[in-house]
Amino acid sequence: MSSAKSGVLSFVLGWGAALLLFFPILWMLLTGFKTEVEAIATPPTLFFSPTMENYQAVFQRADYLSFAINSVVVSVVATALAILIAVPAAYVMAFFPTKRTRGTLLWMLSTKMMPPVGVLVPMYLLFRDFGLLDTLTGLVIIYTLMNLPIVIWMLYTFFKEVPPEILEAGRMDGARAKQEVTLLLLPLALPGIASTSLLSIILCWNEAFWSLNLSAHNAAPLTAFIASFSSPEGLFWAKLSAASTLAIAPILVFGWMSQRQLVRGLTFGAVK
Amino acid sequence: MSAITASGDVKPASSARRSGQKIRTLPFIAPSVLILLVWMIVPLAMTLYFSVMRYNLLNPVVEFTGLGNYQYLLEDPSLWTAMWNTLVLVGSVLAITVVAGTLLAVLFDQEFPGCGIARLFAIAPFFVMPTVSALIWKNLLMHPINGIFGFLSRSVGLEPIDWFAQYPMASVIMIVSWQWIPFALLILLTAIQSLDNEQKEAARMDGAGPLSMFFFIILPHLGRAISVVVMIETIFLLTVFAEIFVTTSGGPGLATTNLAFLIYVRALLEFDVGGASAGGVIAIILANIVAFFVVRTVARNLEA
Repeated sequence: MSSAKSGVLSFVLGWGAALLLFFPILWMLLTGFKTEVEAIATPPTLFFSPTMENYQAVFQRADYLSFAINSVVVSVVATALAILIAVPAAYVMAFFPTKRTRGTLLWMLSTKMMPPVGVLVPMYLLFRDFGLLDTLTGLVIIYTLMNLPIVIWMLYTFFKEVPPEILEAGRMDGARAKQEVTLLLLPLALPGIASTSLLSIILCWNEAFWSLNLSAHNAAPLTAFIASFSSPEGLFWAKLSAASTLAIAPILVFGWMSQRQLVRGLTFGAVK
Repeated sequence: MSAITASGDVKPASSARRSGQKIRTLPFIAPSVLILLVWMIVPLAMTLYFSVMRYNLLNPVVEFTGLGNYQYLLEDPSLWTAMWNTLVLVGSVLAITVVAGTLLAVLFDQEFPGCGIARLFAIAPFFVMPTVSALIWKNLLMHPINGIFGFLSRSVGLEPIDWFAQYPMASVIMIVSWQWIPFALLILLTAIQSLDNEQKEAARMDGAGPLSMFFFIILPHLGRAISVVVMIETIFLLTVFAEIFVTTSGGPGLATTNLAFLIYVRALLEFDVGGASAGGVIAIILANIVAFFVVRTVARNLEA
């Protein structure tokens, strides 16, 4: 096979596969700009004059915005908290490893292996007794805990890449641990911290087990809001598509931006 | 000195020690460890405790029942159906995503016009929240009357398929696979790209065709990455929930009820705290068998 021919072949197969995988998302995007009648028309409408009415309708529903705000608040606050708790731990494990460090890291990883459904019952009852059901605080707590191991791991692998000499020089100049972290380590590891935060936000945003089970109208994020479209009386495909497009767009962009670092985070550094 | 630092960057700890600036690590690491410890132990202990109690939220009497919940659960055919469904779901999705992911990774490793953009399109499904992907597939694609698939089968003269009624499990498998193929692709592509170009070049010089390249150079190199994909996916696939929740609600009958959904039904719809907890313990045991291998693989990597 000549290289020109194989080039054409990989072009056709590559784009074919990419478009096939992307098709459901593309179709959702298009459906969001159709009228409800066009959305369920068969044969499907390929050419239509795009309408913004679904997006307007979605925004006019006062509750859509509150669900979106819930998603933003829960993802951002839980991520910030997880980073805050994880930075000191990752710092000492990366720069002052002891003989227990390896075991500690692996143990932290193993806490991530607990299937959420295994602890659904106690979490539900604890949430009920502490008045946390359907509150943003409750979801923030769960999401922070859920992502803490991954955040520690990712920060640890990024911190390991910072040349220790720089921190050491700072230490010689009399920097205390706190200054060393805030003035030297954090700026140097900023790209790593950014991609760790992105991964954590993506995981929180798309989380759909705890949000479906522990939140209702008050604290429900977008995952739960979209699920409410599954009830028979909610079959408005064009509006569902518009709402879904809005719900996934920011995360899709985040995911595309951080795909490389994501591999590291998702495999706990086992694949680089 | 721990095994972690054996990888060559022994400097940090040793020089820290040399400069006599050994810092107390405990205050730094204690918050994380304590939080994770509580997060792990409290719910686990409660699950274990409830699993030996007769406890229904509708009934104020809570009493010790020993292994009663387990016995009841193990004698209940729906548990075995759910276990079987869980296995079928996990096994099928794993097979589909690993095979498709490997082929796609080889494909996207090639240079072709626009390959960067095509890669972005291909990994997009991974970032779609589960409730959205389930509803998009259920309505826009798989709906027998108004969906695209129905239209396609009618246009070639076939009866449209009522996916969730006729092939409920296959439908769920399709949706979940669509979400996880990009994950396998992303990890395996990264692994392929870390393969030495010189090695590939040398094999090509020796006259290796594309097939023998794949089987003798690429596939062996991917072995570890594939095992990582399998293990991490297994952890998540064991507890697939949202996709079932919005499409089939476990039905028809028990056709798509996996372990996660069964526990949800027991706990939050039937208020049977004891029975659900016993199910939870079974789920935890299953996950731990897998987790053991994940942790071992990652640990090996830490030492390397």
